[in-house]
Amino acid sequence: MGRKLLLEHINVPGINTFEVYRQKGGYRAVEKALKSLSPEDVVEEVKKSGLRGRGGAGFPTGMKWSFLAKPEGKPRYLVCNGDESEPGTFKDRYLMTHIPHLLIEGMIVSSYALGANTSYIYVRGEMMPQIRILEKAIAEAKNAGFLGKNILGSGFDLELYVQPGGGAYICGEETALIESLEGKRGNPRIKPPFPAISGLYNCPTVVNNVESIAATVPIINDGGEEYAKIGIGRSTGTKLISASGNLNRPGVYEIELGVPVEEFIYSEEYCGGIANGKRLKAVVAGGSSVPILPTNLILKTVNGESRLMTYESLADGGFASGTMLGSGGFIAYDEDQCIVRNTWNFSRFYHHESCGQCSPCREGTGWMEKVLHRLEYGHGKLSDIDLLVDVSKKIEGNTICPLGDAAAWPVASAIRHFRDEFEWHVTNPQEAMTRNYGLAHYADPLPKVEPVTAS
Amino acid sequence: MLKISETDEIVFAPELITKFNEIVSRYPEGKQKSALLPILHLVQAEYGWVSTAAMDKVAEYLHLKPIEVYEVATFYTMFFLKPLGKYVLEVCRTGPCHIVGAEKIMKHIEQKLGVREGEVTADGLFSWRGVECLAACGMAPVLQIGPEYTYYENLTEAKVDELIDSLRLTTAEKPQIN
Ligand SMILES: Cc1cc2nc3c(=O)[nH]c(=O)nc-3n(C[C@H](O)[C@H](O)[C@H](O)COP(=O)(O)O)c2cc1C
Ligand code: SF4
Repeated sequence: MGRKLLLEHINVPGINTFEVYRQKGGYRAVEKALKSLSPEDVVEEVKKSGLRGRGGAGFPTGMKWSFLAKPEGKPRYLVCNGDESEPGTFKDRYLMTHIPHLLIEGMIVSSYALGANTSYIYVRGEMMPQIRILEKAIAEAKNAGFLGKNILGSGFDLELYVQPGGGAYICGEETALIESLEGKRGNPRIKPPFPAISGLYNCPTVVNNVESIAATVPIINDGGEEYAKIGIGRSTGTKLISASGNLNRPGVYEIELGVPVEEFIYSEEYCGGIANGKRLKAVVAGGSSVPILPTNLILKTVNGESRLMTYESLADGGFASGTMLGSGGFIAYDEDQCIVRNTWNFSRFYHHESCGQCSPCREGTGWMEKVLHRLEYGHGKLSDIDLLVDVSKKIEGNTICPLGDAAAWPVASAIRHFRDEFEWHVTNPQEAMTRNYGLAHYADPLPKVEPVTAS
Repeated sequence: MLKISETDEIVFAPELITKFNEIVSRYPEGKQKSALLPILHLVQAEYGWVSTAAMDKVAEYLHLKPIEVYEVATFYTMFFLKPLGKYVLEVCRTGPCHIVGAEKIMKHIEQKLGVREGEVTADGLFSWRGVECLAACGMAPVLQIGPEYTYYENLTEAKVDELIDSLRLTTAEKPQIN
């Protein structure tokens, strides 16, 4: 069994209440930080832990914190990103629902480290139940003296508020989130300036994912070095994986980074294999934005090494044969799923969620959705496939925020790895309306790569 | 069922204003615009939708130009800019829900209610629509219903029937006072 740092007590009855959470050792990290560590010490521990942002980009949290500007006379803000709208990702909602005090505790420790006296947890509006849960948890923590003025006699003040979004995936992007928190449309800002210099109300701001903030609690309790002992290389600690799709046991799993993908899918400890005795066709490993991989490439790299759940191993092979850990949204597709249909579904999502500021994203996502729709419904041409690749290339890298890339990658990777399925939709339009292409050769072992010898 | 029509004048109840004031107090002096989204949620919970008259009143309360409220209300998908049913079933239609039967669930709701996406049943009770990922992919298919936005997970056609029937019953037992 892997170690559990975040979800250790998840099944304890009443762990969502302050009392039980405290009995189980909750708020020790706040006591330790405020009584015996300086803010700089806390930043140092987080740096030592090697924790990387759990929101998707994987940027080292400690380093991000050390970039925060500290001009005289200006408040600094910590904003927690609870927008969680990346298809396939539902770990933050799970954490906020079942163990809300872990997030509150992490917010206090992190705000102390950054010198923030007012912090916000931005939660997507659809999660109104979780907003209520957090508000209750905040009231309990305040009642017990862990929030408000002069916390534990340390002289540190903190007010914590929950802010609802209004239904917009783009508000997960940190500068769009800041705009939204200022009461505006969620249009991402042009960077620089980065939020660390000028963020919320033009003040220095750190935006961190729910899970990143929660992870600071075990880091402070056990020390950054202990945390860094878990995992492999630069993928340290544990990670929450949201497992969905055609699995026997979908759900949220806390894994030690480094678990083999195959074990994660098939072992009884995790997903328990593919549902209904079917075979696995493809996996989206890190949320809808990351490249989709066929079974043979998700289980093994092109070099025949077993693929692991780490930032590095999943990215092995670059975009030619690899993918990304992203937010940990792990979607499994069985042999009955249609890749063209799924790609069309994702394109519709990105088109719907584009904020519309940049023409390549606004127009390109709509164009891709339309072309994919006609391919799926039997009106496509073979040239449409290259057209899609062309449009995706023209979006990628040409937009204000990464939503453009996020829309382009799923399309480009689906065509890269499943091109014959797209072609089949064009050459057999009638048949494609009544049956699926099936597993085809997508799970077949890869041919051995011959080492290239210099001549 | 809805408390207001397009043309009705809006007067916020004192209790609502108290809630607005509490929200505004969460932000620094002069940054009351930050209260806009939470307040629009409260307005929708109170009236069932966000009318132009209501937006104008919100603008007045927050010292904003009306356009600043309109541009926000139209950007975010959760705000209803026209009256819908008392219960709006919002069904996730994205990837993970899609591959485990979201389309079937939506078709079933359409048949059961006898209205198309975005329409209102004759008794004013129900509307439905497809929405994007609700972050419940492991419990797919899923729908939610405001203003509490309760999640209904691992849906089957039978569960949907049960849900709709029970909502009908609750309303019949407790008649709405307009
Ligand atoms: C389109 C888009 C959507 C995003 N959605 C989320 C989200 O829902 N939650 C999240 O934590 N980060 C999201 N991010 C990443 C944030 O911009 C940001 O990198 C992150 O919140 C930083 O926190 P971390 O360093 O703790 O991961 C998104 C980014 C983009 C471009
Ligand atoms: S890339 Fe798309 S979502 Fe991002 S700012 Fe441009 S238009 Fe908006």
